[in-house]
Amino acid sequence: MPSLGADMTEGSLVEWLVRPGDTVVKGQAVAVVDTAKSAIEVECFEDGAIQELLVEPGTTVPVGTVLAVLADGGRTDAPAGATDTGETAEAAKATDSTKATGAADTAKTTERTAARTTPLVRRLAHDRHVDLDSVRGSGKAGRVTRADVEAASRDSGRIRATPYARRTASELGVDLRGIDGTGTDGTIRARDVRAAASGPATPARPASPAPAAAPRPAVSPEPPAPDGHAQARRQAIAHLMSKSKHEIPHYYLSTTIDLAAAVAWMREHNRAVPVAERLVPAALLLKAAAVAARKVPEMNGFWIDGGHVRPAAVHLGVAVSLREGGLVAPALHDADTLSLPALMAGLRDLVRRARTGRLRASETADPTITVTDLGDQGVEAVFGVIYPPQVALVGYGRVLDRPVAVDGLLGVRPCVTATLSADHRAGDGAVGARYLATVDRLLHHPEDL
Amino acid sequence: MDREQALTVVRESLAAAVPGADSSGLASDAVLREELELDSLDFLSFVETLSGRTGVGIDEDDYARLDTLEACAGFLVTRTG
Repeated sequence: MPSLGADMTEGSLVEWLVRPGDTVVKGQAVAVVDTAKSAIEVECFEDGAIQELLVEPGTTVPVGTVLAVLADGGRTDAPAGATDTGETAEAAKATDSTKATGAADTAKTTERTAARTTPLVRRLAHDRHVDLDSVRGSGKAGRVTRADVEAASRDSGRIRATPYARRTASELGVDLRGIDGTGTDGTIRARDVRAAASGPATPARPASPAPAAAPRPAVSPEPPAPDGHAQARRQAIAHLMSKSKHEIPHYYLSTTIDLAAAVAWMREHNRAVPVAERLVPAALLLKAAAVAARKVPEMNGFWIDGGHVRPAAVHLGVAVSLREGGLVAPALHDADTLSLPALMAGLRDLVRRARTGRLRASETADPTITVTDLGDQGVEAVFGVIYPPQVALVGYGRVLDRPVAVDGLLGVRPCVTATLSADHRAGDGAVGARYLATVDRLLHHPEDL
Repeated sequence: MDREQALTVVRESLAAAVPGADSSGLASDAVLREELELDSLDFLSFVETLSGRTGVGIDEDDYARLDTLEACAGFLVTRTG
């Protein structure tokens, strides 16, 4: 179970996307894991063949637990999606040093289930996607029998679908009937649902009747997040932000940047391309933040064990607010090297997936610096809280027309207030000032971004 | 395109472009960005969908006019003649 963020201690395996014997390549999504935040696709960290899946769907296990065995190299899948971030490094370390413990835990889990049923019935339950824990055993001492599993399988209706597929279907508003499953015995998998959903250009969306009495029925999360999930997400944010403020001596800087050149350049660009390829100011701001992090590496990376770990790459965390409350800050990988159109496309994709719970493990685990853009919320400036173990967070407010003195004359120009929250352990204010000055300079030359 | 048709396509485009945005109970003069909490990416998706469905070209300079359901419908009616 990889650590999908500094705040994650355990995760629940929702679905395997591979089966024993499948050949997998590095970066391939192999499993779906449910964290306090959302369902996340876990990628394999190297090439190989799946030898054995050790954790059953529906099981919650601590970070560091071995999930599967890869045939080649004989290493486990535990650090899947792991990178050189502190937390995941710790997780990987934990896996190595406590492998025996992990194995023992797994054995214990197996024993517990085994005590309630026989291996054959377990197999049957697995094939039929019946959750054994939810089956009431009619055998001796509450043992789950073959008949119990068959009954449970029948009860769940004629449609065979994995839990993740059912959830995906309900989120996308897709009817499971009429979908051809590609899984074992025609079981519908999440990917079948997605394929079905992307079929017609406009999925039929049942109009939900708006209660006339509701004063502001404007936005309804889709689907309404179960309260437990939203609450867990709140708790996760509470924990992480407390940890940050408790451990990190923040210092804050701010500067107001003249965006006249950037906005003019963007408008010119947008006139020449179709709507789908248009840029928004946020794309330029993010790119500037990423390039500046490369030029001022003191702001990039992590504070771990009393030292600043500086990765070579810049993975820009983008704070995305979720409609049902809370936020996630997944990474735009190598944002400093992306062209603006590529960054824009990546941003749109990332935000869409963040809001529909389709983030990949590597995206949630490894941002090296995070940006929060509250411009759309109408505030002038935001002084954010650093995501541990990162050492800096960049904040952008709203792009506003302001009076600015240029060459001795007063003009009205679009401006943005950029802020920096930085870890004083990793560096001093002068370095932070250099970072913001770099962002400023970059935004004055948008053609070079 | 008459006003009623325009209003329908605007509502449909909003629903398709912004998952979770429900404009059915929205007053026609409510400011979309505020009421539906649209960010700039949501708004871009909305413009993209609206333009795609109606065939009406929408420039960046037009964005400011597309602030309410009523205004969007009016814009489409004018542009489609």
